[in-house]
Amino acid sequence: MIDIISKIKKANLIGRGGAGFPVYKKWELVKSFSGDKYIIANGAEGEPGVKKDEYILKNYSQDVLQALELADNYLQAKEIFLYLNHNFKYLERKLKRQIKNKKIKIVYKPKNAGYMAGEESALLSILESNHLEAGLRPPFPVESGYRNGPTLINNIETLYNVSLAAKEKYKQERFYTISGACFNPGVYKLKDNLSIFEVLKKTKNLPAFDFFVQVGGDASGEVLNQGQLQEEVSGCGSITIYNLRDHEAISLIKYWVEFYLNSSCGKCTPCREGIYRLYEMLSSKKMNWPLFLDLLDNLSYSSFCALGSSLPIPIKSYLKNINPSLSLT
Amino acid sequence: MNKKISFRINNKQVFGNTGQTVLDVAKENKIFIPTLCYHPDLPIKGNCRICLVEIKGEKKLKTSCSTLISEGMEVKTDSKKVRFSRNLNLELIFSEHAEKCGNCINNIDCQLLALAKRYKLKITRFADRKNDRKTHKFGPAVEIDGSQCIDCQSCLQACELLSGISHLKLSKKGYKQQIEPKLNRFKGKPSKDNGFACVYCGQCALHCPVGAAQEQSSFKQVRNLLDNPKIKVVAQIAPAVRVSIGEEFGLKAGEIVTGQLFSALKLLGFEAVFDVNFGADITTLVEAKELIERIKEKKPLPMMTSCCPAWVRYIEVYRPDLIPLLTTSRSPQLHNAGLIKTYYAKLNPEKGRKIKTVSIMPCTAKKYESSRSELKYKGERLIDEVLTTRELAYMLHKKGIQLNKLKDQKPDNLLSSHSGAAAIYGGSGGVMESALRTAKYMLSPKSRFQALEFKAVRGLKGIKEASYRIANKTLKVAVVSGLKNAQSLLDHLDNYHYIEVMACPGGCIGGGGQPIPTTEEIREKRRQALYRIDSQKKLRQAHKNKEAIEMIKWLEKEKIDHKILHTKYTRKFS
Repeated sequence: MIDIISKIKKANLIGRGGAGFPVYKKWELVKSFSGDKYIIANGAEGEPGVKKDEYILKNYSQDVLQALELADNYLQAKEIFLYLNHNFKYLERKLKRQIKNKKIKIVYKPKNAGYMAGEESALLSILESNHLEAGLRPPFPVESGYRNGPTLINNIETLYNVSLAAKEKYKQERFYTISGACFNPGVYKLKDNLSIFEVLKKTKNLPAFDFFVQVGGDASGEVLNQGQLQEEVSGCGSITIYNLRDHEAISLIKYWVEFYLNSSCGKCTPCREGIYRLYEMLSSKKMNWPLFLDLLDNLSYSSFCALGSSLPIPIKSYLKNINPSLSLT
Repeated sequence: MNKKISFRINNKQVFGNTGQTVLDVAKENKIFIPTLCYHPDLPIKGNCRICLVEIKGEKKLKTSCSTLISEGMEVKTDSKKVRFSRNLNLELIFSEHAEKCGNCINNIDCQLLALAKRYKLKITRFADRKNDRKTHKFGPAVEIDGSQCIDCQSCLQACELLSGISHLKLSKKGYKQQIEPKLNRFKGKPSKDNGFACVYCGQCALHCPVGAAQEQSSFKQVRNLLDNPKIKVVAQIAPAVRVSIGEEFGLKAGEIVTGQLFSALKLLGFEAVFDVNFGADITTLVEAKELIERIKEKKPLPMMTSCCPAWVRYIEVYRPDLIPLLTTSRSPQLHNAGLIKTYYAKLNPEKGRKIKTVSIMPCTAKKYESSRSELKYKGERLIDEVLTTRELAYMLHKKGIQLNKLKDQKPDNLLSSHSGAAAIYGGSGGVMESALRTAKYMLSPKSRFQALEFKAVRGLKGIKEASYRIANKTLKVAVVSGLKNAQSLLDHLDNYHYIEVMACPGGCIGGGGQPIPTTEEIREKRRQALYRIDSQKKLRQAHKNKEAIEMIKWLEKEKIDHKILHTKYTRKFS
């Protein structure tokens, strides 16, 4: 058996789900706890504007399955779930043909579950009871996850990287999804430390018009202006391009808020009620900006899970970097 | 106890143990942190985001209910950031709760209202958004008003974890989410009663912080009765009410206010007031006799108690196969009312005036029990209305009657003597102990040693087991409180001769109609008060209550003993 941990360590892999946790650490943690162990490949890909997991499963599914095999060898899992976005159903026949390990089960994210369903605790609540709700942490899934067993949850891209690391073929690359107002949208595999500007240039997507970008997902990504393109591409590696002159500020903010309104599980007050009030305000066009900003701050301070506290990221960065006068009206 | 962890709350040094939460330690140190979805009976949820605290070094605020303490932690419970989010969340929660405070029984106990006052909140900052939500009625006992629900999910937990019924569910998600009854429990068996799988225990109501889950109130009906000169309205009080209702008037849990309660009822307009403790002695006599018969005649065992109507309904709905095990004895409130409407009515003929009875109960399911058709006598209900402890307190407050300031009064002379054994009916194990005291006497009347105390069946523990040697027989008994605990016991019934079950944790002292909050600590204080009443009584065994024995003889003479003392059960829905 190959020493997978030292290979992952050597490749310096970090999780590609967005949080950037060192992969070997997560594997070791799961191993260190006692009880039946479970592995979940997270392909919920609920963040709009991100298409890399689908792309990987389309082109490199063998590698992903290979990584699950390695994880199984390392952990001796009781069950393994390939948890996928329901839009990936067209890949099922191919995947089933390729799956040799009988422990692996394909499970689809419920259609109406949306964004939230990729969050680890919510994902577990769906797998266990088919009900979507964020769970209390700690304990973290590495200690007590699916059916209270130590559970390894890795993103599809992370698993792909694991298989490369095992073959010593990992080349510090990652997948970038580019969309929006551009000529060459799609998923690209490039070096993992590129700036936004470099990625746009290399993929021939640098607009000729005035623009701004949202980086790290259309829902939770930060909004940056043309002067901020030297920053590295963060989070799950997506860049969405907006036309600065063409966009309508309130519609864009409403798009974000509505997305979260439909994604919220309903558990906690700031998210369930706060986002409802944000949406109400935007729909009635009677903006009370001080209250609007208060409700956003309240989400950052007191929401139960990371979903609630991520809505303020796009809106506040938009207001700061693109449209500073809007909230003063 | 050895307190290992030292940290600071609001700059004050405090100590705690591993595993304790910030809220636990704050409470121990009398530092107030507001809560809504937190209830010590239930697992931590962290939904409402009211118990927020700021912890040095943490970007987000933390919920004190779910945050474990650690060495050197610096906690602020009232920083600017905490006040900002806590107050905003409270205002948001208020927009889920259509204010109906004027006619709401819960307005004495409402935790949301108390917090709004404490923090001087603008409760109408956001418009109510749930006005068109449905009210779900469960039998004639409990209801959940969706327009007042604040999504804390405590009712859901109570129904699943305390009652073990899981009759409630959370449907939809996000801001549309709502609590609903499950309707398809028995597929293909439609029912008009949409609470058909509910057992009416009222634990949902007891654990609701805002009165969205509540008893179906009867105070208006009782008011109308009292206002009608053509009707003589009499009241009877349950064993467990006298040790809890004081809490609604600022008294400590476990203060015994029997005499003041009688005064208060008279002031409210009841013409006569009776004590269900008398009925409890009758129940003990009937039940002990039946137990002995069952053992001697090899009839189905174990015999199971039937005082708790939620438990009876559970059997009828979910385990009709066990119906033959339920004692045929009626419950104390019915024994008492049966004598009021026969014996008392005969002795006190009222020209053209009807007697109507109102029970004051710690219970929501008693509303259902009193409406059961097989319990009618000559086509009429024996108990016309049932008020919960909370409803009575509400009525008294509304009339400005300060129960705690009243002088004691005695109940009516008739039908009110009772033994100590009756007093303890209000706590888990009380029925069992009373029956054992009397069964022991019935089996060996000449024995010089008459056991008075059966301590193994006392206490708040969910399942208690004991075996007693009585007249050369070993009697194995089990006492259960909390319906969920009963379910696990039903799989090995063969082990027992006699089983007492109360649906609510701790028995009626933790009943669904009792003052809010009800916590383990409070239940224990109420329980101790019941046993204080018992131990201070000279008369401590039902069979020594001469009036009770006379009454049974009178019923026998009138040939209505079977009608008034016994009942039958029927399979429901399944």
